[in-house]
Amino acid sequence: MERKIVSRVRLYLHYVSINVRSAMQYKTSFFLTTFGQFMVSFQVFLGIYFMFLRFKSVKDFTYSEVLLCFSVMLLEFSLAEMFGRGFDSFSGMIRSGSFDQVLTRPRGEILQVLGSKFELTRIGRMIQAVIMFAYGITHCNVDWTVLKVLTILLMIVCGTAVFAGLFIIYAALCFFTLDGLEFMNIFTDGARETGKYPLGVYGKKLLLFTTVVIPYALVQYYPLLYVWGRTDKVWYAFMPLLALWFPLPCLVLWRFGVHHYKSSGS
Amino acid sequence: MKKYLSFFRVRFLMGLQYRVAALAGIATQFAWGFLEIMALKAFYETDASVYPMTFQATVSYVWLQQAFLAFFASWMVDTELFDMILNGNIAYELCRPVRIYSLMASRNLANRVSRAVLRCLPILVVAFFLPQPYRMGAPQGIVHFLFFLVAMVLGLFVSVAFFMFVYVLAFYTISPQGLRIVFVSLVEYLSGGVIPLPFFPEKVLRVVELLPFAAMQNVPLRIYGGDMEGAEMLRALGLQLFWLVALVAIGSALCRKAERRVALQGG
Repeated sequence: MERKIVSRVRLYLHYVSINVRSAMQYKTSFFLTTFGQFMVSFQVFLGIYFMFLRFKSVKDFTYSEVLLCFSVMLLEFSLAEMFGRGFDSFSGMIRSGSFDQVLTRPRGEILQVLGSKFELTRIGRMIQAVIMFAYGITHCNVDWTVLKVLTILLMIVCGTAVFAGLFIIYAALCFFTLDGLEFMNIFTDGARETGKYPLGVYGKKLLLFTTVVIPYALVQYYPLLYVWGRTDKVWYAFMPLLALWFPLPCLVLWRFGVHHYKSSGS
Repeated sequence: MKKYLSFFRVRFLMGLQYRVAALAGIATQFAWGFLEIMALKAFYETDASVYPMTFQATVSYVWLQQAFLAFFASWMVDTELFDMILNGNIAYELCRPVRIYSLMASRNLANRVSRAVLRCLPILVVAFFLPQPYRMGAPQGIVHFLFFLVAMVLGLFVSVAFFMFVYVLAFYTISPQGLRIVFVSLVEYLSGGVIPLPFFPEKVLRVVELLPFAAMQNVPLRIYGGDMEGAEMLRALGLQLFWLVALVAIGSALCRKAERRVALQGG
């Protein structure tokens, strides 16, 4: 068992290194795309910045609190995109027939799809997320404790898992539709967009939806309430762990899709 | 003129073929509209006194923006044109007895109009029947509505003319990717695609209002809800006209120059 895991990790790292090396063959393109990624989320930041020049707060959340919120969400999203890009662009794999190749190899198909793409260009977004994060934590007067640091780490890990789950659903649906569904963007990009403000500001209904159905409030709003010191309930710090149920049904859907896969014949 | 009209027609009919994609697009844009209004509502409820427009005007702004996304969306650039310039297929187009600038402009216009035609009506109709505060309002008045229509057409032309300018620049750079990235974000932000222009700080706004980006979606979407009136409205329309003429003049001049010295890289 242990040897199996080690060999999987080794294979994945090999995939990553191939991807990175091939991206580096086109350095200009790499830097431009990275820059583009940075610009796209920088716009969103500028939007928030201009809004807060005008408004002092949004539903009593301050500017630095919002930045903290946005940066964590952006970090989670871009990590998931960096590792899970293979699922995000999976429709191409089905249409070109290269998924047939994947199935013939004696390795797990999830590992291979994960390894098929590794988007280092998402570093562009991450750089921005890290800068905003640094600003956010230095300005919002959090009394840091070990538990709070742990909370942030949990948020990032579990949040990445939630977004990865969304990408897997997106890919699994391709088994049935052959093409990527634009509609799914609402849940992936939409989550990133709504996540720029603490989810509580949108009202109860959306908060309930993002707690129960697609649990990204569990990796954003509730644990942050604890970090900001807005609640005494210590168990809010462990809410991100609850969100870990989400990738499971996604994987089930994926399995189901693989079993029903018919090659597109290309 | 007739040949460009038929180019427009062919492209337009082609665009109408993608009906399922349009359906998915409508659903997506709906959800986006809701999310955007919800965020604006949160700010409105926090402090209505510094909110720069009426709330109803922003709701109409958002729905119109979603309905006519294809008119103004900067990321919806026709990559085919860039590819043609890159891979040299533009040579075939150059052989035809047409002006390349007008040809590309009519293609571009047709792409945008056909996409919008499929999407705008369902979005608008449903938006009119949504519960408050999400319901789209009626236009401010009949005069506003007429001016809105004029500004919409002018805005569409300005945005096509601007992107034509970017395409033409691609003739000169070979690698258009960088151009595209810079212009897409620039246009998106400065035209009011991320937040409506009245939300900008006043000093910034005074400059931004004069730029060609403000002559795109900003004018019609704000006239509709009554956020622009009287002299301000006329001034904005004047600026739209000015930028349209200027951008077309610069774009077609640059294009003619490029046509003469174009060096195809083979392929």
